[in-house]
Order: sequence, then C-alpha cells, then structure tokens
Amino acid sequence: MGRGALCSLGNWGMCGMSEQLKPIDLIIIGAGPAGLAAAIAAKRAGVMDLLVLEREEEPGGILNQCIHNGFGLHRFKEELTGPEYAHRDIREARELAIPVRTGTMVLDITPEKIVTAVSREHGLETFRARAVILAMGCRERPRGALAIPGTRPAGIFSAGTAQKLVNMMGYMPGREVVILGSGDIGLIMARRMTLQGARVRACVELMPYSSGLNRNIVQCLEDYDIPLLLSHTVVDVQGRGRVSGVTIARVGDDRRPIPGTYQQIPCDTLLLSVGLIPENELSLTAGVELSPITQGAVVNNRFQTSVPGVFACGNVLHVHDLVDFVSQESMLAGQAAAGYLFGYDDKAAAGVAVVDGQGVRGTVPQRLMIPQGELTEGIDLMFRPDRVYNHHYLTLQAGDQVLISRRRRILTPGEMAVERLTPEMLMALRGQAELRLTITPDKQGA
Amino acid sequence: MQDVIIIGAGVVGCAVAQRLGTYAGKVLVLDAQGDVSCGASKANSGIVHAGYDAVPGTDKARLNIKGARMMPGLCRQLGVPFGKPGALVLAFEEAGKAQLEALLKQAEVNGVPGCRVIGRKEILKMAPLVNPEVHYALYVPESGLVSPYELTCALADAAAENGVRFQLNTKVRALRHQTDRWLVETDQGEFACRAVINCAGVGAGELHNQISGRQVSITPRRGQYYLLDHTLPLAFQMTLFQLPTRMGKGVLVSPTTHGNMLYGPTAEDIPDGLDTATTQEGLYGAMAKVRLSFPTASTATVITTFSGIRAHEKGGDFIIGAVEDAPEGAFEAIGIESPGLTAAPAIGEELGDWVAYYLKLEKNPRYIPPTPLPKPFSAMTDAERRIAWQTDPDYGRVICRCETVTEAEVRRAIRRPVGARDIDGVKRRVRAGMGRCQGGFCMARVMEIIAEETGVSFQEVSKNGPGSAVLSGQLGDVRDE
Repeated sequence: MGRGALCSLGNWGMCGMSEQLKPIDLIIIGAGPAGLAAAIAAKRAGVMDLLVLEREEEPGGILNQCIHNGFGLHRFKEELTGPEYAHRDIREARELAIPVRTGTMVLDITPEKIVTAVSREHGLETFRARAVILAMGCRERPRGALAIPGTRPAGIFSAGTAQKLVNMMGYMPGREVVILGSGDIGLIMARRMTLQGARVRACVELMPYSSGLNRNIVQCLEDYDIPLLLSHTVVDVQGRGRVSGVTIARVGDDRRPIPGTYQQIPCDTLLLSVGLIPENELSLTAGVELSPITQGAVVNNRFQTSVPGVFACGNVLHVHDLVDFVSQESMLAGQAAAGYLFGYDDKAAAGVAVVDGQGVRGTVPQRLMIPQGELTEGIDLMFRPDRVYNHHYLTLQAGDQVLISRRRRILTPGEMAVERLTPEMLMALRGQAELRLTITPDKQGA
Repeated sequence: MQDVIIIGAGVVGCAVAQRLGTYAGKVLVLDAQGDVSCGASKANSGIVHAGYDAVPGTDKARLNIKGARMMPGLCRQLGVPFGKPGALVLAFEEAGKAQLEALLKQAEVNGVPGCRVIGRKEILKMAPLVNPEVHYALYVPESGLVSPYELTCALADAAAENGVRFQLNTKVRALRHQTDRWLVETDQGEFACRAVINCAGVGAGELHNQISGRQVSITPRRGQYYLLDHTLPLAFQMTLFQLPTRMGKGVLVSPTTHGNMLYGPTAEDIPDGLDTATTQEGLYGAMAKVRLSFPTASTATVITTFSGIRAHEKGGDFIIGAVEDAPEGAFEAIGIESPGLTAAPAIGEELGDWVAYYLKLEKNPRYIPPTPLPKPFSAMTDAERRIAWQTDPDYGRVICRCETVTEAEVRRAIRRPVGARDIDGVKRRVRAGMGRCQGGFCMARVMEIIAEETGVSFQEVSKNGPGSAVLSGQLGDVRDE
C-alpha cells in the first residue's frame, strides 16, 4: 500500500488511519437478475453473512430498462416486464433481509478474495471474503470494436444506451434510424423507437441469420414492416456533427462487402446491436481463467471458476438469451457457493472435461465434477451452434461411448441450446477423461 | 483592443498562449471548434520524437530537439502523462542497414544521445513479439510518449490562469491590416489586436496567403489509427517505427501513456482539411503494415479507429516567426506536422518571446506557475483513494467503469479554467468514455453532470459542440414534418 505516496501528498492528518479488512462469508458482485438469484439461493441455503454490491443506484440490473414484456415465461409461467421480473427478486431479497449495497463499484478482487469497493456513502472499503460470486453481467460491443469506416459524429449509440435514454430518461436519441446487428436489444429498440414516432429504415445483419430470438424478429420487425437485411453491413458513416447517413452493402461468404451493392441511406441515428461481451475485467484481477469462446470464466458444474471459492453465473459467465435461464443458473451457483462455505469439497469427485466438437461452441460448464455414490440430479450443458443447423443430430460422446444422439429440428446461434445430462449418463461418465459434443447430419453410435 | 490574438487552440496555439501568459498583456485565443485540442492535437501518435529523423539545420530539427528536452519538465509541471520507453526503427531488408546508419549519423549531428544500430537477436530480446524476419533496427532510447490532448488542455489552463482569454466556437474568416492594428474578422464579429499569431493548423495556409505576398501550400494529410484496449500484458513497452521501404512509408506500433496500444497512421493527402473519416482501404492498409512489425497483431481488443489530419507544407519545414512579405505585427507557426507535438513547447517559448519582444510586453508581475493536474483516481493507491474520498465524497461515485473515472474528476474537468463543455471535452480531459465500452455506460451520466455544472438542459448537451446534439428531443415531442 503506497504509504510513501500517501504522505507525500502533504499533511492530510489521515496517515494513521488503519485500513480495515472486513471479514465476510460471501460477496456477490452485481444485483442484476444473476446476483439477486444467487444471493437468494445462498441465503436460503443458510449463508447468513453475505453482501451484494451493485454499481448502479438501484438493484435489478439491465431489467430495469427492459420495459417490454416477455420475461418470466419459463420461471413464473407468466409474461412479465423487465422491472416486474426484477421486482420479484428484489422483494424476495428484501424479505430474506439480504443486504444489497447500491452505488458501490468494485474496483478489485484478488485471488485471495480480497474485494475492494468504493461508494459515495462509505468511501473505499476492503472485504476479505471466503467466497465470491461474480455476477457482473455483460456490456455491448461498441462501434469502434467493429472498425466501421466513416466519420465519428453524434448519433451512434449501442442499442442498450438508446434503450436507457428512452425508457429510463425519457429522451429520443433520434428520428431516422438504421440498426446494425440483429441482437435482441436492437430488435426491441426497433419497435420501441417506431412506437415513439421514429422511422426505422432498416435492420442490417452481417450474418445470413439473425442472432436475435425468432419471436423478436416477428414481433419487433415484421409487425412494423421494418426490413431485415441479412448478409449486409454498414460500410460507411457520414455526417460531421451528427450522423447524416450510412452506406450499407451486401457481404459475400467471406463477410466482406461486395462492390456494386452499396446503398446510401439518409438517417440521423445508427443503433448498434452487434454482440454482448461478458464484463470480466474483475475476474481477471482475481486470476480467474477465461474461455476464449464464451469470454466468460471456465467453470465446473458447480459454477466454480479456476479460483477456489470464486463462482460465476449469468451473463458474465456466458451470454444468455432469456433471463429465466440466468436466474436458474444463478440459483445453482448460489447453492454451490453455500456448499463451498459449508465445507463441501468436490476434490473427491471424478473430473470430466467437456469439449466442443464439430459444430458446437462455448459449452458451459467446461468441467464436470461427478460425485461418488447414487446421483439424483442431472446437469444442463449449454452451448451455441457455430451456424444454423436443420434436422441435425446432437451427440454426446465419451470416448467410444455415445451417451445420446438426438435429432434437433433446429439449432441456431441465436438461441442457446441446452442438453441435459441425466443422473444415469453422469454415472456412466465416471472414469472418462472427456465428454464431447458434436453436431452432425447423421445419427452417431449404434 | 487586444495586444495579441492567437488563431487556433491546438497544442501550438496553447503553448504560445501559455508563454504569453508569463507577460503582462491582453491575449485572446480564438478557435473555430467548441474546445481546445480539436484538430491535429487530439488525433496523432503522441510520440515525443527524439530527433534522429529531422534534417540537420532545419527548424524542424532544432525545435524538435529543444522541445524533446523541455517536454519531461513541462509535463511534470502540468501533471500531464509522459513516458520515455524508447523506440526501435525496424529494417526488414538487408539494405536497410545503410539507411539506419545514415539515421544514426543524423542523430549524432542533431545531438540525440544513446542511439545505436542493433541486430535481430538484440531486437527480439528487447521486443520479443517483433517480426522475427527483422534484420536491423536503430535503437533510440530517448524516444518518448505524451498524452497530446491532455498536454494541450493543461497548457490552455495554464494560460487562462494568467489572464489569457479563450473564445471558442469562433471561426476566423479573414485578416486585415489597418495602420497600427490587425483586424480579425470572424463569424462572431471583428476583433482588433496589435499582433496576430496564426496557429490555425490545416487552416493556416489560407490565412497566410491572405496577407503575405509569399504564398504557402498546406496539404491536409490524413492518418488513420487503431486504438486498442489496455489489457495486460502490453504487447510492446516501446515504440516500433518502420524504415520507409519500397512499399512506402511505414506505420508505428506504440503504447500510449495510458497503456493502450496504438497502430497507425496512414498518410493520405486529401482535399478537405476537416475530413477525419476513416476508410476501409485506409484501415486495412494500416493493419497490413502493422503486421510487418507485429505479425500476430490482432484487432480483437480494438476500442476505436480514428483519423487525424496533419498540416503538411510543401517546403517540408516548419514556418515560424513574423509572416514574410506582410505588414508588421503578423506572426505564424504553420506547417507544424510531425514532430510538431514534440516541438510545440519550444515553438511556444520562442514565438511567445518573439511576439512579447515585438510588443515590448513587460513580464507578468502576477504570474502564477501552473498547478499540476491532480492524480487520477485510477492511478491512486488505496490509501490515496481513501483520502480523496474524505476530501470530496464525489470520488466515491465511479462514472466511467472502463477507465475508473469518478464524479469528482468529471466535475473538475468542467470546472477547470478552460473547462469541458461537451462529452468529448470531458473524455479528453479525464478519460470518461475513452475505454472499451466507448461511453455506452457513462455517456448519460456525463451528460447529466455537464448539464448540472454548466446550467444547460440535459437535451442541449452535445458530443463536440454545435451541430453534434446527442438527443433529438423528449419522448412525446411532436415531430415537425
């Protein structure tokens, strides 16, 4: 700790102040749907000494600005808006007397699980946690990351930023809109901007398929006659102070623009919905190993990362399509963190590596720790295919042994695929080194 | 009437203004943009050139060396990020050795210490990720880095603290001489002064040619860049230049003072000095050249791409001093392309003194030396952060997550003598919005603070001055058809 630097600042009368390290059992970073569900599950499992840290002024995470409905169909069998969905968890957390500290930014996590946070109310605080759950969510990929040529005027927003301006603050980001990328937030914003009187000229998607949910393409674009231009991209942005137009072009199989297909569209706004990136900067300071595919932590089926006692769940682990599954996953992570605190040790369990085979990307968890004895619970494997597959077979295979090879009507990168490992399959995996997932045109095995 | 009007609030104009602030006189700085540092000064490589590649005997060489010597002390005084990581000039052909030897000779003549030509083995030891097909390099230990826009903003503050006035959003249209004075005609009215200094960057040629019989020709030369995130470890600690080859002038791969990596620039002569667009060809071209130095360079962590325009004068040298073949009282610093950033402190000192001598200005009896900028929260130790919060609880609210910029710092950026008035102004001063999410999270918060501090409405806050409104209205506004 920079004592020398501190005292060189002059006589502030604070040099003698001791830095207090506050011991705590469990810190959950983020009070979005993942953090709240994890906290609730941990508290229900008996963890009494826990704290949720949230950088925004309110808990609820990104759900707070998602005022459209469609949330909770799986979990609550009801169609809720984002704030309604978040409210259920916020209320439950309050009933369980889970402390949620908002306006608090975590600055650092060490591999020893020392968590440093800052807030206006409490200043800098340092906690020594026995366990940490990472639930920081994800952020949107900005324009710069795509290196879209052209000028850099006002009027270029990520879809989520535009959503915040409209839904939380009551402002219109623009009137004539082109959307690049067909991620769900972009689709939702196409409808939202239209309903507020803007004209959405087109939704332009680089890939030959949308990365958004099919229901959003229907309900947000088709219902409002907004063209979805697949295999297209924005090749130029015009305008000095404010966007005055964009040029779009068709792209070839190499995703490069095809000469002669350029088309200029006058507009004052470009919204970007070109991908979400798990926010793992803190995970890195904690020494957590990340997967280059998911850009989230490498975890086992108990959502424990490479650092013992550090767990990850929700969009910081891998980007989900539906909040329901975020909640479901995070409850398991919360229970696992409680188990860890109560001394559950999965070292004795058999470890099986989960490997992405042909057509499969980013399977989570990456490692299965199969306990000894009789099993009663299964494990969900989640992944995305590398492109759209119709009527292909998803196969789970360990060495020569095919556990399951099942025909799927459709597998698309826009929707996370889930395959459940039953207790029987798990028991059959004992002694195996790896489990491989593949997508093939034909059925595998006997 | 003003004693001096400086046209252009880039790094050169601000350096001259800061120097004139040490004299007692009425000084006014005019700029067409809504902030200082909006031209070449905000979009360049940020290199403090050691001075090996300037032709001996030119103003470029002399001011480069002088500026490079002044820079560390000036940056310390202003609290501006500066570093001296050294540089390698890479040669990828055997024939490059002779060229490097020639550069080394030039370095010696120019008085740049410590340079030597090294071979592949030593190069790869210093910078293991360099293309192993490299043959030789000139090692330049004195090559440095500075944050160009932070330097410019700090120079402007230092000038303003000593009474120099800045009038922004004021475009100079014409210069006229009248018996004992110069009249500066702008879109905001006419200003009179005893001496005028033309530091108008790419716009300087036009003003010069209005008043001088000896015409100059300024060509806007665009350079496109990639900026990468400051993920650790840094690919290179030092700056990599390329020796010009048959393939043309090379690009650089360099860290910035903030630990980002920077790739670029291209060099394209373009007709419009304000055309800072990037192009597909330019970016692809730059990347191809980057991979010559750094074969495994990836665009995966690119934060943004941008371009800057440097003012190239056909004669090739800086043009500094009294305007030739013009009525007296007109001064200029034009054609200030690379190493102009390095030379700026020296240009400021010489030109400022020259004009003060011409006007017989006294030393400023109430001169206030610059106050160094406070240490950013992101660079503080935990103990310093505790103290910062004790003195101002706004240090407890992080506004920009990516760069860890607090509310206290954003407010101070606006309250500075030449304070930020828009989103980009805050970004240049304290880095809010400079990081990997490019303001996606913090933009609205920064807008709220600007509105509060400057007394405008949220809706009026702009990205970078007039014509760059972020919002088109409130929900429910009736749309004009």
